[in-house]
This record gives sequence, structure tokens and C-alpha cells, in this order.
Amino acid sequence: MDIRSEIVDQFTQVAQEQGIPLAPLTDDLALLDSGLDSLCFAIVVTRLEGLLEVDPFSSSEDVRFPVTFGEFVRFYDNAAN
Amino acid sequence: MQQTERTSLWNALSAAGDLSGRFVFGAESSIALSDLLKGSALYGRGEELCGRSVLVTTTNQFTTAWALIELDGVARRIVLCTPDMPLEHLPYVIESADVDAIVTDRTILDLDIRSPLCFCPCSRQIVDGNFDRSVQHQTEWILLTSGTTGQPKLVVHTLSSLAGAIKNSNTSAEGVVWSTFYDIRRYGGLQIFLRALLAGNSLVLSSVQESTADFLARASSLGVTHISGTPSQWRRALMSPSAHLIQPEYIRLSGEIADQAILNQLQTFYPQARIAHAFASTEAGVAFEVNDGLAGFPSSVIEHTPDVDMRVDDHCLSIRSNRTANRYLGTEPPILKNEDGFVNTADLIELRDDRYYFVGRRDGVINIGGLKVYPEEIEAVINRHPEVQMSLVRTKKNPITGSIVVADVVLTEHSSARRDLRALQGDILLLCREALSSHKVPAAINFIPVLAVAESGKIVRSKCVM
Repeated sequence: MDIRSEIVDQFTQVAQEQGIPLAPLTDDLALLDSGLDSLCFAIVVTRLEGLLEVDPFSSSEDVRFPVTFGEFVRFYDNAAN
Repeated sequence: MQQTERTSLWNALSAAGDLSGRFVFGAESSIALSDLLKGSALYGRGEELCGRSVLVTTTNQFTTAWALIELDGVARRIVLCTPDMPLEHLPYVIESADVDAIVTDRTILDLDIRSPLCFCPCSRQIVDGNFDRSVQHQTEWILLTSGTTGQPKLVVHTLSSLAGAIKNSNTSAEGVVWSTFYDIRRYGGLQIFLRALLAGNSLVLSSVQESTADFLARASSLGVTHISGTPSQWRRALMSPSAHLIQPEYIRLSGEIADQAILNQLQTFYPQARIAHAFASTEAGVAFEVNDGLAGFPSSVIEHTPDVDMRVDDHCLSIRSNRTANRYLGTEPPILKNEDGFVNTADLIELRDDRYYFVGRRDGVINIGGLKVYPEEIEAVINRHPEVQMSLVRTKKNPITGSIVVADVVLTEHSSARRDLRALQGDILLLCREALSSHKVPAAINFIPVLAVAESGKIVRSKCVM
């Protein structure tokens, strides 16, 4: 499974688990408008670390948190490559 | 029932009746209880230790057992070293407990101590002869527990406080053979040592050099009928192919929260066994035991436990009885009892449907986005899943919430090979979501082959956030 598909999968699964309606995951979707709250993002990041064996947030002290879904995917893409 | 005063372990064992066929079994050798009364493990030098504060540090529990029988009622103090205490703490212990004699089977202790000490070797062989035991001391037993600063805490007991929950029995306990996964140099193991010895029953000791499977096989061959351990030790035992070898009549759990899953698993595995879980700690002593097969305890226990006063202070269980420790030793020792004589156990309890449940340790709480989470509460839910053997809930550093709950899970042997692990993660998370508020639901379930269990028999909980 590629990184984007894994991320989509985790967004969908966590939203479903938390009973939160998820907005369509387009590249320009602002993460704050996705429907997920901070606990959901925390869960997504933890699970992605387990699945992709990469934690882009720990790679640097001053990482800028991605704002849109597209940035989020690129963030993981860059860290993985 | 009125308890008669127990003057010493040696006297109690002498009065225990016919000791023929009763032994203390170690992993490599055994000794008849009657021989322990007739001879000396201290090369007949027990008299030199009269009235002294004696540190007992041995390489194995077998020799400790002999030394305890010989020293109680003779020494002013017995300071019992735990097997894993770093030797670097010995000078602190020696100073704090005013130690002036050491009983050991070690050849070298490498101590840098200025004060004169009487060294008394401890043998694996009993030599003939004893000494006049008419001079009796009410020996203080000093147990060591791990302190938060690294230095051990020295907890003062007497034989009376240690054995306060053990009923004097005039009836024959024919056929009873005790054993424990615990080391007898810790409070939980010492309780079983005293239960066996005060009634003149045989005792099978565990050994760190022995695997769980080998220990269970040995316990089986020696006909163990009564056996105790922590829930973690029992979970590990049930994973062993030798678990079916023993057929205990009585199983006792203590030292950690006994959740419903482990109680059910034990009852299913050993249908003939009476299963009890006891609430006890080194400081608070044995408070009560629960025999109804259910986790937690009925709320009536708080007010209706004979000889033990209990109250709930800010959700923590506090205990006052003649089984609690007396005080701590050491420079500026912490307060053990409050002004009313109660020991605060720091164990948090919660009342649900007229039953109290242990939810965790006050100092074990983890903070998730400002909300409190007790790992044991979550583990109890995860452990309910039929394919889970044991679990450990911990925090993990997280860039969004600071930290988050994750669970390390060991599966039962038969399940890990055949299951779709992703589906199983989903199952366990579903169970958690049904039973827990959302901040307590683990963000991730990691399947791991084994969880570390410390020498204390308790699951190893890392203090640091990973």
C-alpha cells in the first residue's frame, strides 16, 4: 500500500472509530476542516508511525505542522524518502 | 479468633506438631523441617548474634529460609536483603538499620564500612547442635522496598505484624504443600514462607535460575497444593506448556490488581482450585482477601473486616491494623502512618454497583491532554479479550497531544499464529471503545512476544515517556 492510501485509510478508520463525519480528503482540504479533532490526529500520527516506520515530527525540533491534507501526505512522503 | 502470641519462628515451628515428611525444597536440594530445629545453618554461631542487628544477604532463598528460622527471637533485628538490591546500597542499609552483624553465603562482599561488623557465614549444610535459645528478643524484621530516589526504604515489622493475618491452626494440615512464584525475601513471598512454616507444612521455593516450566514441573512432582503469585506471574505460568502439570487446591494472587480476566482464566484452567486474591503491601500488611471469584471487593469489606480498619481518603484506600508496618528506618524517614495510625496505600479505588475496584496507583497516573488515565484500568479491559494473555499500557510521546496512550499486548500462544492481526487490533480497540472514555482508548495496539516481569513479580512499568 502506498503512503497516500495508508494515510487515507487511517483518516477514514479513526473518523469511523470516533464516530466523526469526515470531509472528502482532497489535497486542498484544511486539516482543521476535515472533522478530525486533535485526539484523532494524535492517533493517526501514532498509527502511521507503526505502519510506515517513520515519524516526520521527530525528525527536527522546528517542524511546521502541515495545514492541508496535501501537505500532510507530502510531509510523510518526504520523511519516508 | 484470639491469636496466641508467637514468640519466635523457631518456637512456632517447634510447637507445630509432627514434622515428619515436611521439608523446605529448593531447586537443588531440600531440608527436613525437623533438622532445621535440631541443627544450625550458621555453623553453630547463632549465640554470637544474640541481640545484634543482623543483615541477611544470601545468594539464594533456600539459605535465607534457614537463617530466618535460626535468627528470629535471637537477633534484635533481621534486615532482609532483597535479591536484586544493588550492593552499592548496602552501606546505607547498614547505617540506617544500625547493623552490627552480617549473615551471608557470599565469599566477598567488598564493603567499605568503617564500623566493626561480625561476619557469620551461612551454610547449605546443617551442622549438629544448637544453642540455648532461652534469651528471647522480640526481633524486628526490616524489609526493603524500592524507594523513589533509588535508595531502598527500610520497613519495620515484627513476626506478629507479619503473621497477623495467618490464623493459628490446631488442626492438622495434612498434605498441604505450599509454593510461591515470589521470592521469600519480599513481603509477598515471606507471607507464604510464614504460612507454611508456622503450620509446619512443606514449602517449595522457586529459583531465578529455573524457567517457569521447570519450576511448575518441580512443583508438580513435589505435590504442591497451595500456590501464590502476582497476576503477571500467573499470566506467564498459564503461557507455559507445564501449566497443566500442577493441580492446586488453592491459588492466591497478590501484589498487583487481579482483573476479571486472570481470575476467569485460572478458574477455567484449574476448575478444582479455590482462588483468592489478597490485598496486601509491605507497609500496609495483609488487609483482606477476596474469595468470590470476582475482581474488586464488596463495599462491605471496608467496614466489616475483622481486626482491620479501612477508610477511603481521596479515593485512596487507607488501612489501620496490627498487621501494618511500624515505621521506616533511615535518615529523615518518610511518615508511614498518619496521626490516627492509618497507612495510606496510594492504591486508588472506585465504587461501582456496591463493589470497589482498584483502578491503579496514585503515582502511576498518566496525563493525556490534561485528563487522568490509570494504565491498569485500560489493561483490565484489554485483558478481557479471549486472545490476550497480558498487556501493558504506557504513554508515548506525541507531537499533537504531548503524549498518548498505547498498549503492548502479548497474545495467547494459539492465537498469534492464525489470526489476522489487523482485525484483532480492531477487535481489541472496539472492546476498549465500548468500555472506556475516548481519551483512555489506546491510539495503537502493538503485538509483542513477551512483557518483562520484574523480580518482584510485577510487570515492569517504565517511568519515562517514550
